[in-house]
Amino acid sequence: MIKSREISATDFSILQQRVNDEPLVYLDNAATAQKPQAVIDALTHFYQHDNANVHRGVHTLAERATAAYEQAREKVQHFIHAPEMETVIFTKGTTDGLNLVASTYGEQQVHAGDEIVISIMEHHSNLIPWQQLAIRKHATLKYIGLTADGELDLADAARQITPRTKIVAVTHASNVLGVVNPLKQLAQLAHQNGAVLVGDGAQAVPHMKVDVQDLDVDFYAFSGHKMMAPTGIGVLYGKKALLAAMSPYQFGGEMIDFVHQQSSTWTQLPWKFEAGTQNIAGSIGLGAAVDYLTAYGMDRVHEREAALVANLLPRLVAMPGVTVFGPHDPAKHTGVITFNLDGLHPHDVATALDMEGVAVRAGHHCAQPLMAALHQVATVRASFYLYNTQADVERLLTAIQETKEFFNHGSVSAK
Amino acid sequence: MGLSQLNSLYREVILDHSDHPHNKHALSAVTNTITLKNPTCGDVINLDVQVDDAGMITDIGFTGEGCTISQSSASMMTDAVKGKSREQALAMAKTFSDMVMGKSHSQADLDQLEDAAILSSIMQFPARIKCATLAWWALQRALLSDAKKEE
Repeated sequence: MIKSREISATDFSILQQRVNDEPLVYLDNAATAQKPQAVIDALTHFYQHDNANVHRGVHTLAERATAAYEQAREKVQHFIHAPEMETVIFTKGTTDGLNLVASTYGEQQVHAGDEIVISIMEHHSNLIPWQQLAIRKHATLKYIGLTADGELDLADAARQITPRTKIVAVTHASNVLGVVNPLKQLAQLAHQNGAVLVGDGAQAVPHMKVDVQDLDVDFYAFSGHKMMAPTGIGVLYGKKALLAAMSPYQFGGEMIDFVHQQSSTWTQLPWKFEAGTQNIAGSIGLGAAVDYLTAYGMDRVHEREAALVANLLPRLVAMPGVTVFGPHDPAKHTGVITFNLDGLHPHDVATALDMEGVAVRAGHHCAQPLMAALHQVATVRASFYLYNTQADVERLLTAIQETKEFFNHGSVSAK
Repeated sequence: MGLSQLNSLYREVILDHSDHPHNKHALSAVTNTITLKNPTCGDVINLDVQVDDAGMITDIGFTGEGCTISQSSASMMTDAVKGKSREQALAMAKTFSDMVMGKSHSQADLDQLEDAAILSSIMQFPARIKCATLAWWALQRALLSDAKKEE
């Protein structure tokens, strides 16, 4: 039995700093995660030793770069339990992957009068591509609503998804409500109606074990930077038969088979969808992030975050003048906690918390239709990852308490 | 340091303006109007301005939702430009935006801004500069556009 890796104090040196003279508590992980030294080292090593363009060079460095790039793909394939490496396409990120599906599969399969079904809790990246596709095609965009406690309403999903539905696109885990959606059941519902299920895995893959075959999703997109890889690299998984039937998304170098003056043919999967020089270092960094997470263990990532939420959520819910959005049952929650303080604008709260060294997000979280459904202009969001501690939870709770007192009294005395 | 640093931003006058904003209402007679959003947070300001034939701002009001900084900034801005000419108001908007970006400006220009000059402390909070400037951007856009309010 391999002993799983522990987090070393030197893994995340960025967290060892003071912000506004207070030790940093980084709770904006749903926006982007910090990178372990192993990922930073992988990037440095690539640029210091192996940098070359992939797939075309005949020289040794090109061989090494190509091998590292394709190895990263294999790591991702195993990480999400994709059946074959051909089903793993490197993208810029979740947004890029979802746009790819909308612009290829969607463009080919959706026609006037068809339906696209998404949920009201979607991030704009899993909303606007479908909204614009629906406008282009004169199709209908429908929304699955929420239950009273802020979960996806499965009964409503069964009503919204009909034989006219071509695409169902739903986030696996909400970046606002902190809920995990039943993608497997939604995939079944979609398939019973002849539709495909597109999963947005941006908030799920970094935090829990994801098995795309078990979920039976048809497409699944996620970003590297939220799982400790660099920005600008992401993955689109797709079922092979669907990907094979899809037209390329972008045209240019790398993705061709043969180019004539008046026509061209395309290379095979997955490179058909990887036109131009890709983010080679980024994919290698993603491979290193997968290694790091695998060595730590995704079950332990989940357990660790669950323990933080189990401590924080009930205490935050019980705090007077605090409204917590999404379910209040810690067992139903990811490490994303969204809340507001009575009478205080989230921006003012975030500035106050920042003064206490606590980094949170304030705003609409790229989910304006959800904000409207919650009757909020904006909210405060604290989001956790594997390097956060119970001490961070205490710091957050104390900072919230002090923020309430500051704005109630107009000022605080200097410490 | 912690929250005590906030005292420099959220001074009494700012909190007073945000708790009891001045000119927070829509106008019935309007020559220039605009709705602006702060895309980072979704805050909205609707600004109504009444400019007379001589080019003087005779009335100004705003509605919308926002944080302490954006609400107090709108309150102070409307106070400061009421009764000024269109040109003076535009010059004040320029002074304000220079001020919060840390550019130099004369004391006389600053004095014209009245209470709004206190928002120069926003410079220490770069993430919040947009909150302070939203109302002044709205003023510029409203005064520079010929678009009349549609009835």
